[in-house]
Amino acid sequence: MANVTVDKKALIEGERPMYNASYGKLMMWFFLVSDAFTFSALLIAYGALRVRSVAHGEAWAFPEDVFTHTPLLYEIWHIDSPLVFVGIMTFILILSSVTMVLAVEAGHRKSKKEVSKWVFLTIIGGAAFLSCQAYEWYHFIIGTHEGGMELGPKAMAYLDSREIPGLEEGDPLIVYPILKSEDRFQVKEVRKQGNGYMIANDSLAQLLSYEREIFKRLYFSDKLQLTEQLEPAERVKRIKSLVDDINRFGASKNHNIRVSASLSGDPETVLANLKEELPAKMSVKFVDGGANLKSNEYGPPDFAALFFFVTGFHGTHVLSGVLLLIMLLVNINKGTYEKRGHYEMTEKIGLYWHFVDLVWVFVFTFFYLV
Amino acid sequence: MATAAADGGAAQRKSIVRTALILSALTAFEFLIAFTKKFYPAWFGMSADTAQTLVVVTFIILTLFKAFYIVAEFMHLGHEVKILALTILVPFLFIVWLIIGMIMEGGYWGQQNMEELSYSSEPAAVEYVHVQPESEEIPIYG
Repeated sequence: MANVTVDKKALIEGERPMYNASYGKLMMWFFLVSDAFTFSALLIAYGALRVRSVAHGEAWAFPEDVFTHTPLLYEIWHIDSPLVFVGIMTFILILSSVTMVLAVEAGHRKSKKEVSKWVFLTIIGGAAFLSCQAYEWYHFIIGTHEGGMELGPKAMAYLDSREIPGLEEGDPLIVYPILKSEDRFQVKEVRKQGNGYMIANDSLAQLLSYEREIFKRLYFSDKLQLTEQLEPAERVKRIKSLVDDINRFGASKNHNIRVSASLSGDPETVLANLKEELPAKMSVKFVDGGANLKSNEYGPPDFAALFFFVTGFHGTHVLSGVLLLIMLLVNINKGTYEKRGHYEMTEKIGLYWHFVDLVWVFVFTFFYLV
Repeated sequence: MATAAADGGAAQRKSIVRTALILSALTAFEFLIAFTKKFYPAWFGMSADTAQTLVVVTFIILTLFKAFYIVAEFMHLGHEVKILALTILVPFLFIVWLIIGMIMEGGYWGQQNMEELSYSSEPAAVEYVHVQPESEEIPIYG
């Protein structure tokens, strides 16, 4: 009984493949499940922080105000094109997924030439996506020339917890709920109740009950936009009318107002002018142009931090994918898989690549669309 | 792996192209919504909030459709053994639970720290008190 042959492969992988899938593919699947959990946690953190931010009366950033740059359109004609560029990025990634799955298909036929062609095109797609991301990050970080400006009351009002000094029957009240609709309500009745205030009005009642269903609390912020390219004189006019609005519609009633707009002209002068005209109760704060982990001209700093972390983490995955594909391409051309008799490595890296595409589908929806 | 079909993979390539077209169409549709959503209240005579809710729900449904096509077709999970698909998909029930939990709790985060979060330089000395509505018709939140 000297010559018992030991099948080393079977020792590691078992005699029959589990679930009819090879060991390598199974492990790739399990890795992807764990990675999907990580991304899920990040996106859920985004959702929870956004809900929190809104519940505390901060204006969340509106993606269509933030991501407005498209190469050439912006550089040559200075046209703002919201969401166009991210659309291009999405199609690039979908296309690279298609070339990847075609490479896998060619691998089944063991056609070395075709596999290497499709893998090469996938690498190009991945590199193009990464370049697009670099462009987008660049514009998000530098932001607008002038930065944003926050007009804040010195003390913030919470309808159910703080006093709203001077709010009386018949006062107009600007309510900007989270969902970007914009309505001005007439306050019909203000009554003190417990430690809070009750404000009665038919349409407001509707709004409140709706808000309560989703976010439990009224979003009491205001976002005034001045994002168009305007003549300096026109801009000054807009700012003046903004200040008028604030005076008329009760910013002195402790509304939190965030103006995330690019105001052209010397910030110091604008600030000085505003301070003169604003109610004494209000404070003015300039936010640096662009976004970083501490401040963000388009909305709460949380938005910028989450954007950098989640798209950065996704971009890191794309980068790893590109490196794996380059390794794959080198090995294909060396004939490694031909010698091995199968192109399973293409399938395994393909799984990873599709996963990266899948994550982008979710990132795209939650960061750019919703 | 073992699908090196007799027709030289032509059927599979056809299915790839079909999936790619579906994904592109869904994405194009999403963009159509993103660019036209501001007109919906006027077009369909609904409130801005209702319109936005519908838009968000539509986006999430479309996203799940896209995810299904990527996982089932591109990642080939639809053609694997059923038990493998279940092994991979069932753990995501935990994620569903996490989504429900975190989004519901999100609104309550940091309620103790409201002072810090406000713009206040001199924080108001008012404690946070949960206000209960007196009756159902009167909207108060808390």
